[in-house]
Amino acid sequence: MMAGMKVSGKAWKFGDDVNTDLIVPGKYLELVDPHEMAKHAMEGVDPDFPGKVSEGDVVVGGSNFGCGSSREHAAIALKYVGVGAVVAESFARIFYRNAINLGLPALECPGISEAVSEGDSLEIDLTGGKVVNATTGKELDFVPLPGFMVEVLGEGGLVTYIRNHLDEW
Amino acid sequence: MGYTVSEKILARASGKEEARAGEIVKASVDVAMMPDLTTILAVNAMKAMGVEKIWDTDKVVIILDHVAPASTLLAAEIHRDIRKFAKEQELKHLYDVNSGVCHQVLPEKGHVKPGRLVIGADSHTCTHGAFGAFATGVGSTDMGAILATGKTWLRVPETIKVKVDGRLPDWVAPKDVILHTAGQIGADGATYDALEFAGETIKDMSVSGRMTLCNMAIEMGGKAGIVEPDDKTFDFLNERTDGVYDPVHADDNAVYKSTLNVDAESLEPQIACPHKVDNVKPISEVAGLKINQAFVGSCTNGRLEDLEVAASILQGRSVHEDVRLLVVPASAEVYLQALDSGVIQDLVEAGAMFSNPSCGACFGGHIGLLAPGEVGLTSSNRNFRGRQGSPEAWVYLASPAVTAASAVAGEITHPRDL
Repeated sequence: MMAGMKVSGKAWKFGDDVNTDLIVPGKYLELVDPHEMAKHAMEGVDPDFPGKVSEGDVVVGGSNFGCGSSREHAAIALKYVGVGAVVAESFARIFYRNAINLGLPALECPGISEAVSEGDSLEIDLTGGKVVNATTGKELDFVPLPGFMVEVLGEGGLVTYIRNHLDEW
Repeated sequence: MGYTVSEKILARASGKEEARAGEIVKASVDVAMMPDLTTILAVNAMKAMGVEKIWDTDKVVIILDHVAPASTLLAAEIHRDIRKFAKEQELKHLYDVNSGVCHQVLPEKGHVKPGRLVIGADSHTCTHGAFGAFATGVGSTDMGAILATGKTWLRVPETIKVKVDGRLPDWVAPKDVILHTAGQIGADGATYDALEFAGETIKDMSVSGRMTLCNMAIEMGGKAGIVEPDDKTFDFLNERTDGVYDPVHADDNAVYKSTLNVDAESLEPQIACPHKVDNVKPISEVAGLKINQAFVGSCTNGRLEDLEVAASILQGRSVHEDVRLLVVPASAEVYLQALDSGVIQDLVEAGAMFSNPSCGACFGGHIGLLAPGEVGLTSSNRNFRGRQGSPEAWVYLASPAVTAASAVAGEITHPRDL
């Protein structure tokens, strides 16, 4: 389903418990344009992030990434600012669903914070279940996604998935 | 082996004989609730899925609460577009900006019943487990799929039982129970899990207090918070619903992931310190800390009994000259109750500001922001950095009683020490 899906880019490191208020502060929840949300990605932690990140870069989080509010603005902002994947020690439930629903790979990968330094080049093989730190040569396996989420991600997110499978729902 | 409340409700909702923790089910949603700030994204998602009409005009509920009334043009446009959408769709349940916070309005208006599957596009949807429903929050794309199909996929959660026994001491509230629980379990200790609250203390607790408990399940990563329904639940619901219920109870031999025992008698008021909800300390370790602003309100603690306890403390006293005290009822119904009971008079005479129902003061919306360096004490649910204004402000969480007493003293204070 995810044959050939690869992400490669620079690592941007964040700590534990990065909540969605930090990813997109409450004052921007009135935005409905994804590109406008992207201008505020990670504003609560690093207001300069949108200017520094490049297409395909990887956000590396600690434990409980994306906790707190259900605001999909957080996952939308990361996707539209160009983030190719979020890899974290662990995720909060709603952010995890939101990211996959948007077609933004969210990969649980114990040990990732130790194995990666800011700016390392990462290559993620979604099919093979591996995160490779090309800077250090270190390889880590990520926790496989549940079957249904693999399908959703493989079809580019929940919008396309439902459109393709509306009859079955 | 028996079943937990979550397993039973999700089995029923997915039309299966049984559902076990860990299983993924496709469930039919009984109530789909959206607040103002997530509705447009969900509607856009539904339309992008190729669907123009919501699946059921009676099961979708929209509540304009986060920016109520609109304080920006963007919010005004969102509200305008939602009202138009509701008309076009012939939606039966749109609660406008005069109604209150979604998690208070939804049960007040009879949309929540025991055994139901309630999905909301807001993380504090877990509040409705206080009525024995399975209720959880999702993002807007998930909600878009529900609007389109009436269904969603859910992983049946494992359940942590939180067993609370003993009489709560004077000035110790349900909020202190849940803050203590969050401190014990941790901010991600219940990720993907349901929390079932049980024990003598819960049986004795009001519906309002049970809502406070379930409301904060998400602050431990929980998918749902649940209290089994009893006569108190039905007393609250009877005048609001058709009175036909399908209550669900856990089996005696249900399988729990773990059990946390809480001794209510030994609790003192609890404070969650910056910037994490699980950074919880007994008040004796934090007392004396100067505050600039105090807030009583929100879906966690904006009900009549919360306002009453605050008023009882403020009656005949004054808010400290260095403190702003903001009180926001959780709904129009609570507002009216507070008018009737004289609570508002007591609060305003003491120097509190009383505002119309909305979520604004809790999430750094349109009222009550903190400046850099300021300290806020709040009865709401999150003390994240920047949540209530400046990222350089400090937010502490407490019960309404502690918040009110501290507003009088100008520093974090146990109500008994006033």
